[in-house]
Amino acid sequence: MSDSVLQVELVAADRLVWSGQAKMVIARTVEGDIGILPNHSPVLGLMVDGVVDVQTTDGETWVAVVDAGIFSVAGNRVSILSEHVEMSHEIDLEKARRILEKAKENGITDNGAAHEIRRAEARIRAVEKAK
Amino acid sequence: MALSLREYRARIKSTESMKKITRAMELIAASRIIKAQQRAQSAAPYARELTRAVSAVATYSNVKHPLTTEPADPKRAAVLIVTSDRGLAGAYSSSVLKESEQLFEKLRSEGKEIDSYLTGRKAEAYYKFRGRKVMKSWTGFSDQPTYDAAHDIGEELIAAFVKEQGEDGAVDEVHVIYTRFRSMLVQEPVTIRLLPLEIVEGEKAPEPDQLLPLYEFEPSAEEVLDGLLPKYVQSRIYFALLQAAASELAARQKAMKSATDNADELIKKYRRIANQARQAGITQEISEIVGGVNALADANAGSE
Repeated sequence: MSDSVLQVELVAADRLVWSGQAKMVIARTVEGDIGILPNHSPVLGLMVDGVVDVQTTDGETWVAVVDAGIFSVAGNRVSILSEHVEMSHEIDLEKARRILEKAKENGITDNGAAHEIRRAEARIRAVEKAK
Repeated sequence: MALSLREYRARIKSTESMKKITRAMELIAASRIIKAQQRAQSAAPYARELTRAVSAVATYSNVKHPLTTEPADPKRAAVLIVTSDRGLAGAYSSSVLKESEQLFEKLRSEGKEIDSYLTGRKAEAYYKFRGRKVMKSWTGFSDQPTYDAAHDIGEELIAAFVKEQGEDGAVDEVHVIYTRFRSMLVQEPVTIRLLPLEIVEGEKAPEPDQLLPLYEFEPSAEEVLDGLLPKYVQSRIYFALLQAAASELAARQKAMKSATDNADELIKKYRRIANQARQAGITQEISEIVGGVNALADANAGSE
């Protein structure tokens, strides 16, 4: 086992979205952001809808939008599991903005609408962060 | 010859166009199987990681969860039956329904009542025709299921399971019947008990020289399990739907292949009969001509 890199897997329900080596992973749990560096102690956590930030060993930054899900860290392996995962370069910023505006116009009527707004916001945040 | 040559030709033509259709369906099903298998493969990492996480929690914490505890006195069982939306797939849907009848009998003999949940229009039609009660049914995705569909089904079943006994729609166990895809030639209906969750396939025992990873849980083991188990259930359902989709397509391909072969046979048979009819017609015409010539010759010979 190498000591200084994290083996990261971003997994959506129907596909493996991204996997590779990273220096740092930042995810948002129910209790706030958590940053994972190599040799982190094993953690299993619940994520909320939000953005996951992966800094690869090549100095690149990958940003992904995830739904509520789970991340687990054990022995320098980080798995991020979520039903829907989108990488920032897959997101259409204009479309996300439109959806957000529309959702806000309709107002927060139920859980679904609130969820939609959170997702759209997370998308926009992810794209801006990746720039 | 019962029918005229023209009618046989018409039959050959219609059988030929039927053959073209079944052949096309066979090819479509064959190409979709590959896609369905790819989909099943790309869903595998999620299921694997989820299983690993669940067994990690189960192994490293002593948390009881409603989804894993056996009810003391099970009275009602929910059964999810996965069938296809469309027919022309041989015995695919009917063998699943047959399997479900067997399970029903077994559950009834154990004194349990049954709530049926269905996916696929074939099961819906089967229940409607028999006037049976359906708790809920989902249709429209049988040959390419999405995760969202599995999510909905999972939510519904979990909601029914966690209700207290005696409440409307509460069940004490959940079974799923789907068709397992073993190979292109063999698909078999199987029954699994989804809830309460059975002991999760444990993580391999750590090697003696390896340290046990002592997981920290964020925020707590109970809450992680709370978030994890429903997803695990949904992923099991998704797996079942994907298997069922691949099986459906394989069954359809097989059925359409034999339909094409049968059409071929039929065309051969009709062609043979048509040729016989044609030959008989020609023979008759010749003998009529010969007969006519002879009659004329006889008449001429008589008058001279």
